[in-house]
Amino acid sequence: MKKYQLGEFEEVVILTIGVLYNDAYGVSIKKEIENRLSRNVSMGALHTALKRLEDKGYIRSHDGEITEERAGRPKKYFEITALGKKAMEYTRNTREDLWRSIPKVALQVKIASS
Amino acid sequence: MKRNIKPNPPNLFLRFFRWYCHPDLLYHIEGDLMELYHERNSVNGKRKADIKFIVDVLLLFRPGIIKPSSSYHNLNHYAMIKSYLKIGIRNLLKYKGYSFINIGGLATGMAVAIIIGLWVYDELSFNHYHTNYPRIAQVIKGGVFQGKHFIGQDYLPYPLIEELQSTYGANFKHVVPTSGFGAVLSAGDKKLSRTGMYIGEGAPEMFTWKMKYGTWSGLNDLHSVMISESTAKAFFSNDDPLGKPLKVNGTIDVVVTGVYEDFPKNSAFHGINFFEPWKFRLKREDWIAKQGWENHFLMVYVEIQPNISMERAGANIFNAEMNAIKNIDYLKEEMQYKPEVHLLPMDKWHLYSNFKEGVLQNGPVQIVWFMGAIGIFVLLLACINFMNLSTARSEKRAKEVGIRKTIGSVRRQLIGQFFSESFLVVILSFIVALVIVGASLPWFNQLAGKAMTMPWHLAGFWLTALGFILLTGLLAGSYPALYLSSFNPVHILKGTFRLRNTASIPRKVLVTLQFTVSVILMICTGVIYHQIMFVKDRPVGYSREGLISMWKKSDEYNKQANVIRTELKATGAVIEVAEAGGEVTGIWSNNGGFTWKGKDPNKQEDGFATLNVTAEFGKTVGWQFIDGRDFLLTMAGDSSAMVINESAAKEMGLENPVGEVIHWANRPWGVDKDFTIIGVIKDMVMESPFEPTRPSVYFTFGYKGVLLLRLNPAMSTSEAIAKIEPVFTKVIPDLPFEYNFVDQSYAAKFRAEERIGKLAAVFACLAIFISCLGLFGLASFVAEQRTKEIGIRKVLGASVANLWGMLSKEFVWLVVLACLIAIPIAYYILDEWLKEYAYRTAISAWILTTAGLGALAITLLTVSYQSIRAALANPVKSLRSE
Repeated sequence: MKKYQLGEFEEVVILTIGVLYNDAYGVSIKKEIENRLSRNVSMGALHTALKRLEDKGYIRSHDGEITEERAGRPKKYFEITALGKKAMEYTRNTREDLWRSIPKVALQVKIASS
Repeated sequence: MKRNIKPNPPNLFLRFFRWYCHPDLLYHIEGDLMELYHERNSVNGKRKADIKFIVDVLLLFRPGIIKPSSSYHNLNHYAMIKSYLKIGIRNLLKYKGYSFINIGGLATGMAVAIIIGLWVYDELSFNHYHTNYPRIAQVIKGGVFQGKHFIGQDYLPYPLIEELQSTYGANFKHVVPTSGFGAVLSAGDKKLSRTGMYIGEGAPEMFTWKMKYGTWSGLNDLHSVMISESTAKAFFSNDDPLGKPLKVNGTIDVVVTGVYEDFPKNSAFHGINFFEPWKFRLKREDWIAKQGWENHFLMVYVEIQPNISMERAGANIFNAEMNAIKNIDYLKEEMQYKPEVHLLPMDKWHLYSNFKEGVLQNGPVQIVWFMGAIGIFVLLLACINFMNLSTARSEKRAKEVGIRKTIGSVRRQLIGQFFSESFLVVILSFIVALVIVGASLPWFNQLAGKAMTMPWHLAGFWLTALGFILLTGLLAGSYPALYLSSFNPVHILKGTFRLRNTASIPRKVLVTLQFTVSVILMICTGVIYHQIMFVKDRPVGYSREGLISMWKKSDEYNKQANVIRTELKATGAVIEVAEAGGEVTGIWSNNGGFTWKGKDPNKQEDGFATLNVTAEFGKTVGWQFIDGRDFLLTMAGDSSAMVINESAAKEMGLENPVGEVIHWANRPWGVDKDFTIIGVIKDMVMESPFEPTRPSVYFTFGYKGVLLLRLNPAMSTSEAIAKIEPVFTKVIPDLPFEYNFVDQSYAAKFRAEERIGKLAAVFACLAIFISCLGLFGLASFVAEQRTKEIGIRKVLGASVANLWGMLSKEFVWLVVLACLIAIPIAYYILDEWLKEYAYRTAISAWILTTAGLGALAITLLTVSYQSIRAALANPVKSLRSE
């Protein structure tokens, strides 16, 4: 059943990595999520999610250039792996399945009551 | 362009971050943090950037980012220990012979130590089955006798019990009189002979019987009986036995009111299968309550009140008898013994029960400690083997130590390595030892008369086992670990490394120690067996073979006495039938009250064994006259005659005792008259064959409870028994036919000594085995080390005998030295041991010599195999290599 484990925040992060394509590293991912979703992302939460995704094999990383404002520390760029892509698709499909299964009436009632 | 000085984030938090962050993640997260910091610094200013930096660092402090603090280090240790173990195992497999000697020897030693440990535990926990044991005591008497203070009379007079219950009752929760007896229980047709006891009220609660059916109050009813679980099973299989009727000796009707779990072997009550209320005995045998202070025939146990100490209670009752009897006229004579009353606590019953001149002796407990010492010594021997072999092989491992040190091992790590190897061997040995113990425990139980089991379920056992492994590992591994790790790598690798001569000195000391212990044990075994043989050869003064004794279990035996007698004789299987007050292998009565011509009036009398027998007794047991004649067989013939034994004649100091008149006045026996001595017999050994014979007098009146049959020597025993049995089953059909062979009862008197002898023999064999294993290993090592030397010597013309002598000499000297040390020690120990026996052998020189020569022969055998092999080897082969 639990073929692909992808938490909500992890999903956001992996999608953002996809959005950023070749420019996905810590700070850029953080900024992108903050801009698009207007929510605050802490470094701790982000890096934990990145590490977890990497451990699961959904993303992989490679060291990038060293810049001055990073005090000589390399950037670490992330990209989505094939497994990661499958996990994303699986999550999306299950969502859509769920969406399709909701009777239209249910949604109408909800809208009307609000 | 003006270049700004780069602002820095708060250093403390940066360092904190670097400290906790997982090293794999550190660099790029730090980069991210710095990038953000600089951006915020330029947009929001330093203060806000600092604060946000701090918040980020703190929020990053979460699992997944933090490095695994301890396991990161452990990983390294784990790998190191794994490598140690791997190398240890490879070493074990490479030298299979050494490994076998090491593990086999150590396992044997450990098995011995475990078994002895179990035995010591069993002995020390004797009577602990009874939960209240710290507050239970036996009441015993003491006094002054022939100017000497004594304690330790188990049997008490009846009035003392009443006194304890009434006057001194406040000290005790329970006062429980007991008297044991054997009886035949029957339910319907089923008849079983069982040992039972009359016991006072409160005993079940006091001794915390574990009830299977019924309650502790089961003995309150007069006609009740409580039986053991095994007895209940035998009678009623698995039915509820409560309320079922039983018959005691075919006549007395009782009702089962309780069933208790059988007492374990290490309980004083082991083997007692039924209890009847003491009240019942009092009611049925009204003579008991009429007994005065002089008849000592009851055992009494008490439980003291919880608020009083054992010493206090003992002090309170100290004068109980004195105070009670000082006003009674006819007891004036008793008063001269200054009777005292003492308490013997329950945990001392088993291991400390003998007194000497009023002081509690630590007799049996000494054996316990002695055995414990043997266990430790045998284990020590095995540890010594381990040390010896490890250090002897050190040259082989020296290169490894050198390389390790050069590469960067510090000494501590090498010590760790050698310890881990010794622990590996110890743990393997422990497993083997457990297997050995499991396999040999039933056999040992039989040998030692115990019912021990491995206490797998006790946490304490496992803790002890763990401690045991640690101790042995440290003991056996410390010397090799410290010694091997001390090598200097430069010397080793340069090839100039030579074990100094002094290095073999500790090894020699250890071998000597091993053989000292082995030789001591050998001598002990020899002397113990010699003592047993010596006492077995003691003339006993009657003939035990073909003599049968039977207790008269009911009055039927008396009513049918003549019938039994004539019928038995008619079978031809029995030559003579006699009766006596007790078994021939015991003295059933001892009394004072004798006066004779020329008796020293100042001498306090020890009393004589007063033995009542029928006139046929002498003929039946075959006693031997020195002087005078036997009792006449005619009915009223010799009612005032006495036969005395040699010791009695000596005690009385009569030159010509036959025909002398002695006066005997004694209340319990109901006599106050003159007797004529008609004969003197050779001493009959009725009690312990290790003790001098008691002065005894034999006479013909009084109740006789035992039937003695002399079998026809022309017939085999089984034939004779087959002919006797129908007589009894016909005449007394209610009771089963049960009998004892007197020679077997007599042989049973040697059981304790034979047991010690067997144990000593077993441990001596094991000690020698372990020592020889070690010696064998050492000899093979030495032979191997000197291969080249032997080759050169051979080339130069040394003979095989020469080489054999050269290689064996070293070990022979060590064993000779060990013998010289062992002999005085063994002599001292055994001399002390023999002093306990009045009738004893001397420690003869030939035992000492034989043990020494035996050790030497075993050494030569062990060493010769290796030395002759080395001497026979072709020198071409040994010199060619390289």
